Amino acid sequence: MNNNGKVVKVNGNMVSVEFTDNVLKNEVGYIHIGDTKLKGEVIRINGNVADMQIFESTSGLAVGDAVSFTKELLSVELGPGLLGQIYDGLQNPLPRLAEEYGYFLTPGVYLNPIPDKSWDFTPTRKVGDTLKAGDAFGFVKEGLIEHRIMIPFTFLGEWRIESIKDKGSYNVRETVATVVNSNGDKKDLSMVFSHPVKRPVTAYKERLMPKDPMVTKIRIIDTFLPVAKGGTYCTPGPFGAGKTVLQHLTSRNADVDIVIIAACGERAGEVVEILKEFPELTDPRTGRSLMERTIIICNTSSMPVAAREASVYTAVTMAEYYREMGLNVLLLADSTSRWAQAMREMSGRLEEIPGEEAFPAYLESVIASFYERAGLVRLNDGKLGSVTIGGTVSPAGGNFDEPVTQATLKVVGAFHGLSRERSDARKYPAIHPLDSWSKYTGVIDKKRVEDARNILFKGNEVNQMMKVVGEEGVSIEDYIIYQKSELIDSVYLQQNSFDPVDAAVPVERQELLFSTLYDVLQNPLKKINEKNEARVFFNEIRQEFLDWNGSEWMSDKFNAHLAEIKAKSEEMRG
Amino acid sequence: MQKVYTKIESIVGSVITVKASGVQNNTLALINTRFGTSYASVIKLDRDIVTLQVFSGTSGVSTGDEVRFTGVPMRVSYTPDLLGRIFTGSGTPRDNGPELKENLIPIGGPSVNPAKRIVAKRMIRTGIPMIDVFNTLVVSQKLPIFSVSGEPYNQLLARIAMQAEVDVIVLGGMGLKYDDYLYFKNTLEESGALSKTIMFVHTSSDPTVECTLVPDLSLAVAERFALDGKDVLVLLTDMTNFADSLKEVAITMEQVPSNRGYPGDLYSSLASRYEKAVDFEGSGSVTILAVTTMPADDVTHPVPDNTGYITEGQFYLKNGHIEPFGSLSRLKQNVNSSTRDDHRAIMDAMIKLYSQYKESLEKKSMGFSMSEWDNKLLKYGKLFEERLMDLSVNIPLEEALDTGWEILSECFEKNETALKTDLINKYWPKELKK
Repeated sequence: MNNNGKVVKVNGNMVSVEFTDNVLKNEVGYIHIGDTKLKGEVIRINGNVADMQIFESTSGLAVGDAVSFTKELLSVELGPGLLGQIYDGLQNPLPRLAEEYGYFLTPGVYLNPIPDKSWDFTPTRKVGDTLKAGDAFGFVKEGLIEHRIMIPFTFLGEWRIESIKDKGSYNVRETVATVVNSNGDKKDLSMVFSHPVKRPVTAYKERLMPKDPMVTKIRIIDTFLPVAKGGTYCTPGPFGAGKTVLQHLTSRNADVDIVIIAACGERAGEVVEILKEFPELTDPRTGRSLMERTIIICNTSSMPVAAREASVYTAVTMAEYYREMGLNVLLLADSTSRWAQAMREMSGRLEEIPGEEAFPAYLESVIASFYERAGLVRLNDGKLGSVTIGGTVSPAGGNFDEPVTQATLKVVGAFHGLSRERSDARKYPAIHPLDSWSKYTGVIDKKRVEDARNILFKGNEVNQMMKVVGEEGVSIEDYIIYQKSELIDSVYLQQNSFDPVDAAVPVERQELLFSTLYDVLQNPLKKINEKNEARVFFNEIRQEFLDWNGSEWMSDKFNAHLAEIKAKSEEMRG
Repeated sequence: MQKVYTKIESIVGSVITVKASGVQNNTLALINTRFGTSYASVIKLDRDIVTLQVFSGTSGVSTGDEVRFTGVPMRVSYTPDLLGRIFTGSGTPRDNGPELKENLIPIGGPSVNPAKRIVAKRMIRTGIPMIDVFNTLVVSQKLPIFSVSGEPYNQLLARIAMQAEVDVIVLGGMGLKYDDYLYFKNTLEESGALSKTIMFVHTSSDPTVECTLVPDLSLAVAERFALDGKDVLVLLTDMTNFADSLKEVAITMEQVPSNRGYPGDLYSSLASRYEKAVDFEGSGSVTILAVTTMPADDVTHPVPDNTGYITEGQFYLKNGHIEPFGSLSRLKQNVNSSTRDDHRAIMDAMIKLYSQYKESLEKKSMGFSMSEWDNKLLKYGKLFEERLMDLSVNIPLEEALDTGWEILSECFEKNETALKTDLINKYWPKELKK
């Protein structure tokens, strides 16, 4: 039986509802205006009045409008068919919405997120087997992955299979198994179930320390500022520094099984680029369309604010779902600042006491608990699965000293700070090599990376000095260190995203490039006695490196450039 | 619903509260005051207390004035008769034309489904080389013009309005000086562009609330023209005044301010307007150019800062011209490969040389001796500023590219330009001696 209430207060997208029965916190309710139903979520309860955030525009609402509560928390539907989909923040499939309703997002329309189709189900358990939440009892083939059909994550205790369907084709919503628990509760299970978005999935044995690097094929990240599978990282930067471009490239090249992109409060145009590009691109790992491993959650800046807040949770719940299948999942959230601003708007309407820059006082703990949903886990069957979270941050004025950036830095394992200076100088990627940091292990030996980083530090110091005393004021040794640091920057840290070869560099190639560069860095270059000679030498060797970076792996040109670099370096050893 | 309420409970700033029932959020009411009738819109409901924002301000509103709720949202008439007309921020005629009442459409409608958008691929020609050549304006783009008070940004907008190759122009003025309003009106009238223009103008002496309505009115009309297959260019000036009006209303409503007094939803408020820029699959388009003056020339001020995160690039208008550095059209690479084969090369080469010119200029001002190369650069910079950067230059893209080649050939040897040989063979002016 539905619990009903009526609207007593409307303030922007915050609506207060008087109710009679019990309501749950985070319960979903619908406000009825004529034939339309507007979805909302209970976020505060006081006496017999529940404050709800409404996921649509509240124009036309009036005091006294009827509200029906659903007894369900805000949830997502999970099951085969999620991959390749484009959803809004509440898991409405946008392309199907466009087919049925045309150009505009009509308020109050909610479609089935999972397409109604049949899948070839193969049972892996038999009648009488006992299972727990997250245990699989069968699978279907979704593209290339084995999509497990599992006991819903919210089921408590042990469940015995009473009946299970034979191998065959079934509709996604058809019952494929019936389970019963010790209390005699009986549940029919289909391939689809739902999970509340704000409750992390914990149906696994244990959490492990993330250690394997997630390769992005971006040198500065993989070598200097690595991200581990199951780890977290953030990318703050001022506008125009290339946050979104960097995330797009990561979403293409990262060596994970599934990528979930949460476009949260950003430009619609950028999402459109992904929508139109990804189906055309092939996944280098599988040779299939990139779209087959991607899910897009898209709540752009002009879409309702409350749904923006929900969208990151929708995305992370899907990521956790695929992790339960023993897969490596990458969640990219762009931008977490917009999500934080959505919280700020709501907090203001609730008239809560504001914290710094009017963000709510619970901002830090909410950000922390979101990033904590990443992780490498050992599942009940012993397999490993991971969720890696990468979030961009859009700090006001490009100043990292603001609450969202600071709260994020406290909880992530790697920090890729984009700098206005580097992006203005067209240095791509604009990640600042000295300010940024990572707590994970990369693809190259740690000691050697540390050496290279030291040269960058020293080179920067020499550069600062030269700004004051001029080039003549520094010694030739210092000048060579400066030139070496510039060399690392231009041939290793920077990458030409328009060059087909240099745009994505596999680990093998990074290793060879790094060790070749490392040899040059370690070379004392004793034969160079004056600065002009040094400049000429480094200009030439830089050109060789750049040409080498642009040549096909192990081609004749490739080998020729490599030999030339080695010869040039040896010549100056002295 | 035509029930009349005659007891106004409170009057604060431009906001009044009335005890009433059955009122719907975001609908219009009419208030009869001794100075005439004004519209007001419902912005908050709390049991039987209705909060309204009065468009014409509350000066002269009496607690005993009549309030009549209409039950409909704020709307604007959409007809071809709009072309050539001028309205106020509440949609009433500012010229002497008749009031338009037919085919009313709601303002501030829902967002476009991202799945229905298409990647922007068409250029808008403006005849201004700094835009066409160096930061091409693209259909469906949203671009702010970052400027400071005193710069000729309204002149620039007026020129774009006269020259841009689009079907319809909607000009939204917010907090315009009356002189600026007259300037726009006269310039467009003289050039004949007024016949394809619709103006919604709020001048700085008009009520604050009307200022907050201008973008919504302009964009609602633009969107309809776009759905009817027209390419529409929306020019907004000045969005900082719009944001300041939002701030004023928010503070009156006792909202918690976030950054420098601006409401916490400033980003969303700006984004919901800018995101109306769209290229409809199989129909017309809306492109937005919006002046944003930066208080104290500070780009980290909340208004330009939030704008920068929303828009697809920006033009910096400084010292009377569009700055080659800092100005950026993020979508230019979608179109400048298909204009003329030398477009990208000329754009890159000329900007690189111009940045070297700036360095030489700095050296010169510090009293260093000038090399032959420095002198070439100095000559180049001067010609570049005169023939291309000057805002009065009005030439089509192709002619601007040719001018670029001429300037290069007058200043440099072929191999000093770092341009590809095949392009030089094709375009380097032959008859000109250096």
